[in-house]
Amino acid sequence: MAQQAIVETDHLTKRYGSTVAVDDLSIEITEGEIFGFLGPNGSGKTTTLLMLLGLTEPTSGTATVAGFNPTKEAIKVKRIVGYIPENIGFYDDMSGIQNLQFIAQLNNIPESVSSPKIDEGLERVGLKDDATKKVAAYSRGMRQRLAIAEILIKEPKIAFLDEPTLGLDPEGTNLIIDYIKSLSTEHNITIFLSSHDLTQVQKIADRVGIMIHGRMIAHGPLEKLAHEKLGVEDKKISLDEVYMKYFQEVSP
Amino acid sequence: MTGIRAIIRKELADHFSSYRFMILFALIAMVSLITTYMVGMGLKDELSGPEKPGFVFLRLFTSTGPLFSLVQFVAFFGPLIGLVLGFDAINRERSTGTLSKLASQPIYRDAIINGKFLAGTVTITIMLLSILLLVSGLGLTLIGVVPGAEEIWRILIYLLISIFYVAFWLGISILFSILFRGIATSALATLAIWIFFSFFVSMGATVVANAAVPLDQTTRKDPQALLRHVRIQRTVSLMSPMQLYNDSTGIIIDPTRRTTRSLVLMGPVERLSSARFERPLELSQSIFVVIPHMISLIAITFICFGVSYAVFMKQEIRSL
Repeated sequence: MAQQAIVETDHLTKRYGSTVAVDDLSIEITEGEIFGFLGPNGSGKTTTLLMLLGLTEPTSGTATVAGFNPTKEAIKVKRIVGYIPENIGFYDDMSGIQNLQFIAQLNNIPESVSSPKIDEGLERVGLKDDATKKVAAYSRGMRQRLAIAEILIKEPKIAFLDEPTLGLDPEGTNLIIDYIKSLSTEHNITIFLSSHDLTQVQKIADRVGIMIHGRMIAHGPLEKLAHEKLGVEDKKISLDEVYMKYFQEVSP
Repeated sequence: MTGIRAIIRKELADHFSSYRFMILFALIAMVSLITTYMVGMGLKDELSGPEKPGFVFLRLFTSTGPLFSLVQFVAFFGPLIGLVLGFDAINRERSTGTLSKLASQPIYRDAIINGKFLAGTVTITIMLLSILLLVSGLGLTLIGVVPGAEEIWRILIYLLISIFYVAFWLGISILFSILFRGIATSALATLAIWIFFSFFVSMGATVVANAAVPLDQTTRKDPQALLRHVRIQRTVSLMSPMQLYNDSTGIIIDPTRRTTRSLVLMGPVERLSSARFERPLELSQSIFVVIPHMISLIAITFICFGVSYAVFMKQEIRSL
């Protein structure tokens, strides 16, 4: 795997009036890795994702995604990036397959290419039998799986996943985590995974970054963080403990 | 361009499969056909008399019949088509989260709003055209008079103005769907604007004219004061798109009308001479009379869309 930075931010800052949503963020994400982006609600994770996608302009600082500037070359970035927003967002009155077809059209994928991919994708996430049902009838877990299928069809270089396991039962969460893992291993997609579900992130993330109040207070492989904070070398250390340690330091 | 095509296709599919569209279409078709039938029966009686009026076919659209004429119906009800098609265009996508999904696809952001507006306009065109064809067909069988070339041209221009008029209201409703997060809020706001411009402006015009040039026993006889009064009233009432539409379609569809003004001051000799040459206007002359109205109507449609476009492009996609 090439050790090359695919996402880079340089002193990225976003202010909404007087509140600072993202404060001086500088990170690098290597091609092919799974990066766990952790933090409590409202810590600026979604804002960071939106800036990387070019949907929000940074107040200062720059971001680079696969060599493109998301603010100036938004279309080029969006072509190679897959995004699952926090509330997923499918058209309820269209069937699962229609939703995927629409996304394929928007990505200018010809039907001859997209239709086998759609079938394959639906098969992969186990939605083949429900493909013609309206999305309104889907459960939360099915919607999440449909979103994974969408990523499979678009075949992006990077996938930005915003809280993909939010509101799922443990079984559904495991399923989604497995799919995300396979996106990385089978399709070689770099994963930028924003979440506060620490146990799940711990299972698959190569590196994690901890974001609190808009500041990235630590990042690196979990073992390194554990070593720094807790002084333990044990690989079985849980991310929860490391995270709580950081969290207590920042907000006493 | 591929993005916009995909969006238009999806929006059209949405429109044509929605109950909203079907109910609206059924309602309009029903009222139009009933009106045409009544007007057609009246015209038939008239045609059996000794006097043969000209432009019979156009009178299908302008004759009032027992209720209202078709032109009046579209002026009154047309805005509702535009409003119903657009009041939840953007805010529904925002509330279901599909807007950020859409915006994260490799399409320009304006493709979203252009696609929605164009798809709405296509829907309006199809709706109005099919109603017009239905009415013409029924009219043909009822009165048995075939329209001449000029009449067909007049009907086509009428259709074009109507499309712009309804598209203006579509633009208003899309603008409100961008400005207001709540779907119910934007629906009510569009209704309020519609009622204000369609009814209150004409009432307000009378009030303003009365305040500026009060007409009492003495001034009523003064032609100058009367003229000023009417002029002020007209100027204010032209603020309403409905008035612009009524004026322009009234002249286009009715060749015997020569002016949009309701009051024309004429001396007795002038009146005599004009009465001697009372002939229907030629199409080009009719257009000439209302070209300012038509241009204003088209302009406000574009302005309205332009404002929605600007607001949408500047708005942050997130702020959910």
